[in-house]
Amino acid sequence: MKDNAILVVVARFLIPLMMLFGLYVQFHGEYSPGGGFQAGVLFAAGWILFVFIYGLETGLRIIPERVIYALACLGVLLYGLIGLLGPLLGGRYLDFSVLLPAPRAAQQAGIILVELGVGITVASVVMLFFLLFARRRAEAEAEGLPLVDPLDEDESRREPRP
Amino acid sequence: MLLLFLVVVGLAVVLTRDLLKATMLFAIYSLTIAGLFALLDAGDVALTEAAVGAGISTVLILAVLALTPRFETTKAGHSLPALVIVTITGAALVYASLDLPQFGDPANPVHQHVGPYYIEQTYADMGIPNMVAAVLASYRSIDTMGEAVVILTAGLGVYALLAARPRRRDKGDR
Repeated sequence: MKDNAILVVVARFLIPLMMLFGLYVQFHGEYSPGGGFQAGVLFAAGWILFVFIYGLETGLRIIPERVIYALACLGVLLYGLIGLLGPLLGGRYLDFSVLLPAPRAAQQAGIILVELGVGITVASVVMLFFLLFARRRAEAEAEGLPLVDPLDEDESRREPRP
Repeated sequence: MLLLFLVVVGLAVVLTRDLLKATMLFAIYSLTIAGLFALLDAGDVALTEAAVGAGISTVLILAVLALTPRFETTKAGHSLPALVIVTITGAALVYASLDLPQFGDPANPVHQHVGPYYIEQTYADMGIPNMVAAVLASYRSIDTMGEAVVILTAGLGVYALLAARPRRRDKGDR
């Protein structure tokens, strides 16, 4: 859809805003509605819009596929390791109050780090979903499998083309 | 009014056989629910419903629709056992809903258990104003870790299903 000037201009304007809003939702989650889940989804939505405009190839040049897999696991690992810091510093698992000397600051630090882990995982898994389905279409076309045009208005052609 | 709109959109989703239309109606449905949550002052849930329900799920369903026909195939005739099961289950659910405590009553069990502790102690414990974030990330940390693992597992499942290249089936299989 790179040829459509309106789409390109609007998307160029929107994508940075979406990602910025994602980061705001991520790191302002203790004060306003938000948190890792919503932020991850917003961030991934920015990337998906980018892929809609510039194509999957360009999107994967920004964030390679391997990095997506690695980040999906790293988010959960970050969560688990922050939890492990608790027993190491003399507390219980996922007990944040021992992370820093001041208990309130420690709780806030723990919440922010843990939410960051959730955000990274959610963003990369949503990107992964989209990537896999989008590529499936391209691969099926390349393989010559019967496919239908999803925007075909004619109900009589609802069966796949032979 | 919004609830009535929800019922209308829900019926339209069930009745239409055009899957693209159903997807769009689902997005409207989610956005309406997000509006309802916002009206109930549940900002976190409203944001989630708007971002996940109306936004990303719609995009993902559209990505699936690119692989499937646009129109649902219907079979003629009705299934009598299905009708009986659905009617009995629906009647049981409606009957059970009569036993639910009154909506918004502060004496409800759900408001008596740990809720008051969170409301009174969150700021003293953590110094942050958003109680939802405190409950999710600190008081109920292990649950949230489970959710993160669920998301990762879902990603692995989709990967396991779709990572192999599609192959044309042999003519004999069809």
